Amino acid sequence: MSEVGVRLARSPLGLTLDAVREAIADAGLTLDQIDGVATYPGKMQAFLGFSPIGADDVIEAFGLTTRWHVGAAETTAQLGAIAEAAAAVKAGLARHVICFRTVYEAAAMARPDEFPPMERRKDVTGNSQWVSPFGAFSAANWTAQFATRHMKRYGLTREQLAQVAINDHANAALNPRAIVKQPLSLDTYMSARMISTPFCLYDCDRFTDCSTVVIVSAGDALDEVRTIPVRIAASAGSVERYSWDQAEWASAYPTGRDLWKNTDYRVDDVDTVQLYDGFSFQPITWLEGLGFCPVGEGGRFLEGGKRIARDGDLPMNTGGGQLGWGRLHGFGFAYEAVVQLRGEGGARQIGGNPRVAVATSGGGPMAAALLLARD
Amino acid sequence: MVWQRSRVRLDNDNRAFWTGGADGKLNIARCGDCGGFIHPPREVCRHCLSDKVAPFAVAGTGVIDSYTVNHQAWAKDMPVPFVIARVALDDAPGVYLTTNIVGCPVEDVDIDDRVRVVFEEQDGIWYPLFEKVA
Ligand SMILES: [Zn+2]
Repeated sequence: MSEVGVRLARSPLGLTLDAVREAIADAGLTLDQIDGVATYPGKMQAFLGFSPIGADDVIEAFGLTTRWHVGAAETTAQLGAIAEAAAAVKAGLARHVICFRTVYEAAAMARPDEFPPMERRKDVTGNSQWVSPFGAFSAANWTAQFATRHMKRYGLTREQLAQVAINDHANAALNPRAIVKQPLSLDTYMSARMISTPFCLYDCDRFTDCSTVVIVSAGDALDEVRTIPVRIAASAGSVERYSWDQAEWASAYPTGRDLWKNTDYRVDDVDTVQLYDGFSFQPITWLEGLGFCPVGEGGRFLEGGKRIARDGDLPMNTGGGQLGWGRLHGFGFAYEAVVQLRGEGGARQIGGNPRVAVATSGGGPMAAALLLARD
Repeated sequence: MVWQRSRVRLDNDNRAFWTGGADGKLNIARCGDCGGFIHPPREVCRHCLSDKVAPFAVAGTGVIDSYTVNHQAWAKDMPVPFVIARVALDDAPGVYLTTNIVGCPVEDVDIDDRVRVVFEEQDGIWYPLFEKVA
């Protein structure tokens, strides 16, 4: 992982280079052993801060000779790129795949001449035409409506939502790479300004500049790797509706159910969860969808915050999540799961010698989940 | 709300939806073979794959499936707060419209409230908004 920050001067390619260097050094590999590249969502020229670096940029700039690569938004959320890499190495298409996500939204917003933002006032087409004309520009507006419904149906409270942000801040304060350095009190949370009810400022992640890299290697190539390997025990992903406003449920529910279909591991085996939290509500859908609690009970599962704390029954978002670490856009969860399973979390390392972790991404209409195990 | 809404680029699929308000009609694409509704509108029925899809004027009444009170001014001239809601139409099963609930204070809006369509025209687009049914 590169430096994580807000309005960094280093270029997006430079951040990506930093993250790749660290990852291959950690794995004990060299660049000439890398024969695959996977990224989400690929380069997006229309909104460069969101995804300024594509698979082609990495292949070209780093002089890679690849046999397989992919970079696409039309997959099962961010971690779908890692699942695709796993499928590729299993099929023999590659042996060592660099999977990366480079985000540059904070710097891009500060330098619009260099990184032109999407023009909100222009003619809208595609799915945005069904939401933008009504002022629903942000995923905060779309996700908030699912949270409102959960409150009405199941009694979710703002105090319960707050536990996601409070837990994230507490963990981020122990993570030297996190953008948040201070714990968050319930009072500060409750008095923060509203963005889109029930979400206040602390329920929404913050634009961040960073590159995160995970290397996926074939099982029969592990003799070339000099680090503690973590196995992808299962993966799952789904899309509810591409047009968000037509989705009845978050895709975390079918994705969570599917994760357990091709593995002997069960919910009780999981030592830590790293659950996508671009908004505080999304971990609730993941806890319910993955089966850690019944549907409708996610808020009560979070109540008081003890269960999800580092010393709780199910430590959650131990690196600080997106509300504390920064908006690494999904890849931070896979990264942190690996850190915890290797016991390399330093001050934020959980106890109990963790062996099994779940990492997720998405949680609106697109979702992906990975079950990771240290043998 | 005098705020300039995003202008929709009209095409064959969406024209009936965005201009139906000129005749007071809320048009939702419907399949001539299975009767299913297709939204967002497409030339193919997502239920039975028929291509006999045509705009159909629904009653324009529905119920608030969910909502949020938006407090963030995403554009410079956007007056806040206002209600963004998902409306489930009475007679178009499975279709939700993202819209604004207008004509009442934001705190008077709740899930399951009954609503009906009102149109706001800007520059040739008739935006379907909803107001509470008394
Ligand atoms: Zn049909």
